[in-house]
Amino acid sequence: MKRKRVLVLGPLSVRVRPRSLTVGIALLAAIVVLTVVAVMAGDYPLTIGQTLAALFSAGDDPLAQFFVQGQRLPRVVCAVLVGLALACSGAIFQPLAGNPLGSPDIIGFTVGAATGALVQITLFDGGPAATALGAVLGGFGTALVVYLLAWRSGLAGFRLVLVGIGVAAVLQGVNSLLVVRASLTAAQTAAQWLAGSFNTSTWSDVAITALALAVLVPAAVVLSRPLGAMTMGDEAAIGIGIRVEPTRLALVIVGVALVSVATAAAGPIAFVALAAPQLARRLTGAPGVGMIAAGLMGAMLVLASDLVAQRLFAPTQLPVGVVTGSLGGLYLIWVLTREWRRNA
Amino acid sequence: MTAAAVAAAPPQPRRGVGRRRFWGIAGSVAALILLAALSLAVGSNPIPLDEVWRLLWTPDGSVDASVVHDQRIPRTLLLVVVGSALGVSGALMQSLTRNPLADPGVLGINAGASLAVVGAVAVFGLTSIWFFLWFAFAGAAAGAIIVYVLGSTGRTSPTPVRLALAGVAISMAVSSLVQTVILSNQNAFNEFRFWAAGSAEGRGFPVLTAVAGFIVVGLVIALCLGPALNALALGEETGRALGVRVGLVRAGVMAAVALLAGAATAAIGPIMFVGLAVPYLARALCGSDQRWVLPATMIAAPAALLAADIVGRVIAHPAEVQVGILTAILGGPVFIALVRRRRIEAL
Amino acid sequence: MSATVSEQSGPRVRARDVTIGYADRAVVSGLDVAIPTGELTVIIGPNACGKSTLLRGLARMLPTRAGVVELDGAPIGSYPAKEIARRLGMLPQSPIAPDGIVVEDLVARGRYPHQGLLRQWTPQDDDAVAGALERAGVADLATRPVDELSGGQRQRVWIAMALAQQTPILFLDEPTTYLDIAHQVEVLDLARSLQRDGFTVVVVLHELNLAFRYATHLVVMKAGAIVAEGAVADVVTPELIEEVYGLPCRLVTDPETGTPLVVPKASTR
Repeated sequence: MKRKRVLVLGPLSVRVRPRSLTVGIALLAAIVVLTVVAVMAGDYPLTIGQTLAALFSAGDDPLAQFFVQGQRLPRVVCAVLVGLALACSGAIFQPLAGNPLGSPDIIGFTVGAATGALVQITLFDGGPAATALGAVLGGFGTALVVYLLAWRSGLAGFRLVLVGIGVAAVLQGVNSLLVVRASLTAAQTAAQWLAGSFNTSTWSDVAITALALAVLVPAAVVLSRPLGAMTMGDEAAIGIGIRVEPTRLALVIVGVALVSVATAAAGPIAFVALAAPQLARRLTGAPGVGMIAAGLMGAMLVLASDLVAQRLFAPTQLPVGVVTGSLGGLYLIWVLTREWRRNA
Repeated sequence: MTAAAVAAAPPQPRRGVGRRRFWGIAGSVAALILLAALSLAVGSNPIPLDEVWRLLWTPDGSVDASVVHDQRIPRTLLLVVVGSALGVSGALMQSLTRNPLADPGVLGINAGASLAVVGAVAVFGLTSIWFFLWFAFAGAAAGAIIVYVLGSTGRTSPTPVRLALAGVAISMAVSSLVQTVILSNQNAFNEFRFWAAGSAEGRGFPVLTAVAGFIVVGLVIALCLGPALNALALGEETGRALGVRVGLVRAGVMAAVALLAGAATAAIGPIMFVGLAVPYLARALCGSDQRWVLPATMIAAPAALLAADIVGRVIAHPAEVQVGILTAILGGPVFIALVRRRRIEAL
Repeated sequence: MSATVSEQSGPRVRARDVTIGYADRAVVSGLDVAIPTGELTVIIGPNACGKSTLLRGLARMLPTRAGVVELDGAPIGSYPAKEIARRLGMLPQSPIAPDGIVVEDLVARGRYPHQGLLRQWTPQDDDAVAGALERAGVADLATRPVDELSGGQRQRVWIAMALAQQTPILFLDEPTTYLDIAHQVEVLDLARSLQRDGFTVVVVLHELNLAFRYATHLVVMKAGAIVAEGAVADVVTPELIEEVYGLPCRLVTDPETGTPLVVPKASTR
């Protein structure tokens, strides 16, 4: 048996998987390229030179600087952060639920976070910070409701998912109801927000999100080690010394917080939490949860989707949630055809 | 799981079940009539019932008369017909897949139909229901197959959980695609602004006459399949041993479901949970004999849908909340209660 | 690979007056047991007698509602989770192999109790995994996906994972269920060779004849209590089998190993 490649740096001794490393670097490169393209593109097109100049406030075009620094850059950074958060959340919940389709956007957490935010927007006229808080409360509230309803002398993964589906359906209806009953101006904002969009991303949105992720993402990475082992079943995990219940609780808290923060920033965006972790795993082929690769994949997907959403039917701007949803549909079809071929 | 009652089973004690059945069906009929009447009276322009009665027989060209005759009557009739279709298609699917959670909304069938409709309108630009109805059927059938296959990944037959998950995933994807099409195509946008959430508003006689025929055919097929479904409820092999032509029955059910769910969706858009909750109630009242469950569902489901629509007209008066939203909010808890109650087979 | 022989050759795992059960019922009550070090202890008993429950209670998979389980003289709850995992390894009854995982990666999971946030993989881990694969006889399957293996091979892979933990004590919960006889013998031969190398092995079995063949210490349970305990030759009699299983039988001697073989009496019906 070959020795595993290990990277040693002082007290740190971690395994290095060449394929995962390559994939990670490739994704990072893709993110950088897409960032530059996204900042260049738009109704006020810029060349690379102008873009770079505007980025570093070195150019002589104040309009370009405004667009780049004031609008496009925050939008792009927000997209990256949101993609990162959603993917990590999905990477947490899919193994927890024991099912690749047990993703937070399917079991209602995303919708619940949206409900919380919508309540702020339509009933209390809240600003971005209040909306973010509303989303987090909504997300946690939904998670609590789903867990309580699914609990019946123990928590079976499948019951959790099914209850989540039911709760998601109800909350989706509630969201539509809130929009219908809201005052005209609030309804506009709400309806737009509900579709998921980066159109109104500001630096303050980015700041709040980045702050939250600075805590949550490292926590998710640290927790992903025991999570990987927990996929072998609770008893096997206890057997190798994992404290299953506390770890699970921590994972749920981090996962819900991630999806709530992401939803607060850009509205409910579907399918990234579902698809990013799985796509990343297919590429890296690594066992275990692959949190970092999933996060990078999510960031890239959202960035790419936002670009498509802006440019596909220009000047009509599609909401990014619609693009990710459609891409998600294609992803599912691809999964299907693979299954067909495998079982045929 | 639901206890299977076969035609050859020993006769059930007549008192208990017979009585429940009778009152259940009588109650449903009464509710249906009452709700239909209410549906004619309630709305952004409320008309008292005695007025309604008068206007029904002697239309006098007034605004109220036109509201009753041109809007509420077709709307009510449409809801009745569509409700029947949704309820029975749910009952059929639950029986065939032996899965209490099967519902054309949950399993993505309605979503598939809606995508096909919206896509057809966007691509061909025609908005006549006679045109896109066929796409709805195809979409419903495709949706059913896709969800079935996705739910069976890695195994030979899908468990209830995987089917539900697959259905939800597909529904989400599809609704995003539907949104994309609607937002990018003016024709589709105008025609389907409200329809996409499930709405009976502004759907008049043309829609009704278009779908009614197909729904009736679907209902007839369903009723004829009743006895065969009873036998099949014991399992495929047992059913075969009892002489059921399994392949034929399965094809018949799929055809009926495609007709019913497709027509219903083409008429008023995708609706969730009616096909889930009503058959469950029907089985609670009538036992699991499909020869009773199907007719009971045919009567109770329209009542449920009418109730949801009426609530939708009242709750945000004078604006209307689409009936699809109401069925989601009211039906979701039923779904959850079902999940909690039943011993759902694990993965 | 052999276990380090501990200074105390007395029992390392004991239960004192334990009551273990699930939500509303106690399966095992007021039970005392001491697992002898360095022996292959087999726990047998009829269905639902509590043998798996006892094993899982001893391995701290199930909490005790009364009484205490001791590991190396101290209550097992007082040890940090990883410390227990360095002393006691367990093969659970129905472990789940994550989708698509290969053998050596699954076995590598067993190194968790020896690793930490900073020390995620070291050459010692490599050695331990290689040794475990070798010992369990699955070294040539190292790069194969676990879900492609046969039942017997899969069991040995899970045992390899427990071996990678490098624990001197090993618990195996019904390791032979669903295996055909050749694979059952394969797995139990491995258990025996581990015991001969100094491991303390505890196995729950329901096949009596295999239990008698392999056990160096037998524990017989019925209805949540221990009915008999000791060496097979001392403990096993036809009366015991009839009392515990309700099966009138005769005992003959296994011509290969000299251990008892249960022969049910022919029914006169």
